[in-house]
Amino acid sequence: MANTKTFDVIVIGGGPGGYVAAIRAAQLGLKACVVEREHLGGICLNWGCIPTKALLKAAELRHSLTHLEEYGIEVNGEVSVNIEQVVKRSRKVASRLSAGVAHLLKKNKVEVISGEASISGKQSDQWAVSIAGEAPATVTAKHVIIATGARARQIPNMESNGTTILSYKEAMVPKSIPKSLLVVGSGAIGIEFASFYRDMGVEVTIVEALERILNAEDEEVSAAAHKAFEKRGMNIHVSASLKSLTETKQGVDALVDINGKQQTIRVEKVIMAVGIVGNTENLGLEKTQVKIDRGHIETDNLMRTAEAGIFAIGDVTGAPWLAHKASHEGIMCVEAIAGAKNLHGFSPKQVPGCTYCRPQIASVGLTEAQAKAQNYQVKVGRFPFIGNGKAIALGEDEGFIKTIFDAKTGALLGAHMIGPEVTELIQGYAIAQTLETTEAELMNTIFPHPTLSEAMHESVLDAYGRAIHF
Amino acid sequence: MATQILMPALSPTMTEGTVAKWLVSEGDTVSSGDVIAEIETDKATMEVEALDDGVIAKIIIAEATQNVAVNAVIAILTEEGESLSEADLAAASHSALASAPAPSESSQPSAPAPAPTLAPAPIPASTSAPAATTAQKAEGKRVFASPLARRIAAQNGLDITAIKGTGPHGRIIKMDVEDALASGVTGSSAQPSATIVAEAPRFVPHTAMRRVIADRLQQSKQTAPHFYLTVECEIDDLLAVRKQLNEFAPEGVKISVNDMIIKAAGYALMAEPDMNGFYAEDGCSYYHTADICMAVAVEGGLVTPVVHSVEKIGLAEIAAITADLATRARDGKLDPSEYAGGNFTISNLGMFGIKEFSAVINPPQSGILAIGAGEQRPVVKSGELSVATMMSVTLSADHRIVDGAVGARWLQAFKRAIETPAIMLL
Repeated sequence: MANTKTFDVIVIGGGPGGYVAAIRAAQLGLKACVVEREHLGGICLNWGCIPTKALLKAAELRHSLTHLEEYGIEVNGEVSVNIEQVVKRSRKVASRLSAGVAHLLKKNKVEVISGEASISGKQSDQWAVSIAGEAPATVTAKHVIIATGARARQIPNMESNGTTILSYKEAMVPKSIPKSLLVVGSGAIGIEFASFYRDMGVEVTIVEALERILNAEDEEVSAAAHKAFEKRGMNIHVSASLKSLTETKQGVDALVDINGKQQTIRVEKVIMAVGIVGNTENLGLEKTQVKIDRGHIETDNLMRTAEAGIFAIGDVTGAPWLAHKASHEGIMCVEAIAGAKNLHGFSPKQVPGCTYCRPQIASVGLTEAQAKAQNYQVKVGRFPFIGNGKAIALGEDEGFIKTIFDAKTGALLGAHMIGPEVTELIQGYAIAQTLETTEAELMNTIFPHPTLSEAMHESVLDAYGRAIHF
Repeated sequence: MATQILMPALSPTMTEGTVAKWLVSEGDTVSSGDVIAEIETDKATMEVEALDDGVIAKIIIAEATQNVAVNAVIAILTEEGESLSEADLAAASHSALASAPAPSESSQPSAPAPAPTLAPAPIPASTSAPAATTAQKAEGKRVFASPLARRIAAQNGLDITAIKGTGPHGRIIKMDVEDALASGVTGSSAQPSATIVAEAPRFVPHTAMRRVIADRLQQSKQTAPHFYLTVECEIDDLLAVRKQLNEFAPEGVKISVNDMIIKAAGYALMAEPDMNGFYAEDGCSYYHTADICMAVAVEGGLVTPVVHSVEKIGLAEIAAITADLATRARDGKLDPSEYAGGNFTISNLGMFGIKEFSAVINPPQSGILAIGAGEQRPVVKSGELSVATMMSVTLSADHRIVDGAVGARWLQAFKRAIETPAIMLL
């Protein structure tokens, strides 16, 4: 056997779940390693959250520059986009952060091992993980954390081809800006791409199989987003199922069934954003008791799988597929391994979700429909940004903030926002939920003026019939 | 001119106290020397007198407020006819807020706020009131609980202080309250649950004395490395001498074995001065007199009044002093100066039949002597088995200042005085 090293914790996968778990393990005095097959930082940092934010910033700038006259600024000359430079900047941002992760791991004395990991067996209480790659090795540890993430779901006969039919990865590095684009799927990923390409001047069509876009959001937010996107010139088809994609000389013909009527949508490119599946293959899990359900590893609320000593965190364990959920699970999982008491786990509803389209969308907790389905008597507050001075001054008064309270206890059940910078605002409600505040503490908190956050306050006041500015 | 009435420092070591009782109300006219309040310090209840004539314009610290810092403004006295300026109130309330961190039943966080003319923020009484009241329920003991946990507990008549928190740092969270409800734990106002559940433990909020005992003895065990030396003393001669002395003692004075132990300890401290000091960060300090504390059990704790300069006074005087101190200690009437200081402590549990034990040093002292019961035991003397009255004593010493040999020599001297009581006449 080649090199054998023993650790307290082996983390498979160096994404936002894995690397954070490893750093927390090191902080707790555990000897940890991260096995990564491609790039530290995972999809989030290399092909997800971060590079798309760089792209969206460029799109937002383009939008702003084409609307300068609203602010009394005149520019002589044409605004044009150099997509090659836009993509280059996005890649630079990603690589800078990936290098940062490597540094953080080194600083915390976490060993990074390059290669593909596979669980090879167990001797007494030690799991052996063999690593295939440039330097084959075996590492052993009592605890193995699977943080291998997920990948785009492919639909048979509609697989991405890298040129006209794209997954998120190819959609992120366009060589040119297409004239027209079909986005299949209206979750956060699909909507962000739709928003980006629309702001870049592309004719965008969205096809969603369910009856509304952004199905995970509160219905009112979905409806407001639908309206806002249509206003931006997007074509949106809901309750529409994609039947086939046919490549043509000009691009792709998509056959879509819209409310029982078949229609062909002719576009230059298609982005498939129809969900993701966990990376559970080739990990040696068949040698263990680990249970996999529809592409995702099953765990309890402290991230324990059905096999003692094997844990799973992040996208590989299922929705919501969010980096911050993975990181939080990683921390909790490692603390449980280190013997921390009173760990409660968390529900997926406690994970805030953000979509960085224009206008932005953010939410935490239950939607109104979910709250009612759970038999809560609810008090609902709404406050539109047209009642918020800062939003009007910014020229971004679209959207609103909706809050949902349990009428009986005053617990903040959920908050749903669409509008300017709401992705930066949602943490306030997330803290409120974690601290278990009631409406009273939120009402008694002084929100600074003039800020967008005042709308958060007003929404709470409105739930109790006390809004001041609307 | 308004005068601030401050929390008095009743002893050099006192840093905070409890406003136990107000004997005056706002608006009362007082004369200099009138007793206006009772302050509970670490070991006694003291009366506070008005230092000026005037009118009690405002009581800042409500009755039963604990942990009030020394020199915090507890009330404001004005001259007759004078009205209180807002500045006076603001200054006073600032001081009170800063110095009374622990809320108690009657000191709502907003209570000391000035400007009584300001209307309070409109609060929907139906929803937020229960949370506010339960928060104060523990009579001064701060309960860490989330607002939602408090409210759900209140809505279900659950005593939140009876719930164990599992949130960060033991904070009581919604889940804990729900678990408590599910397991049938109820508060006093709730209907008893049908299921048989453990009754919530009896809760007694800390008295100032309990806090001081807890703080100081914990500090002692955590900072002073204790070591223990035990020696057996034959006390037949001592008992005989005591009997003789008491036959000739002044009227009303009865010398106890404990008095003789105090005297012997005083002798030993003089004979072994390395034992008679205290350790501090920069160096050790040594006393010239033998000031000896005696631990007196009182209701709800214990106090350690001091007999000063034991080496200079005779047994009759020691007996008179200790009898007086013990009586007044039990009545809670000691002046703080009477239990402040002291170089060494004697703790005697012999009357309970305790054979021997180890006591916790009373910081910053260097040692404490634990006295066991005097009892007849078989002893071997010159190869012969005989019966003698023996007493085991255990010295706990702070190894930062006292080394083993010093402690041992001190115990030798003590044993010498006990077994040869004539030494006490020296």
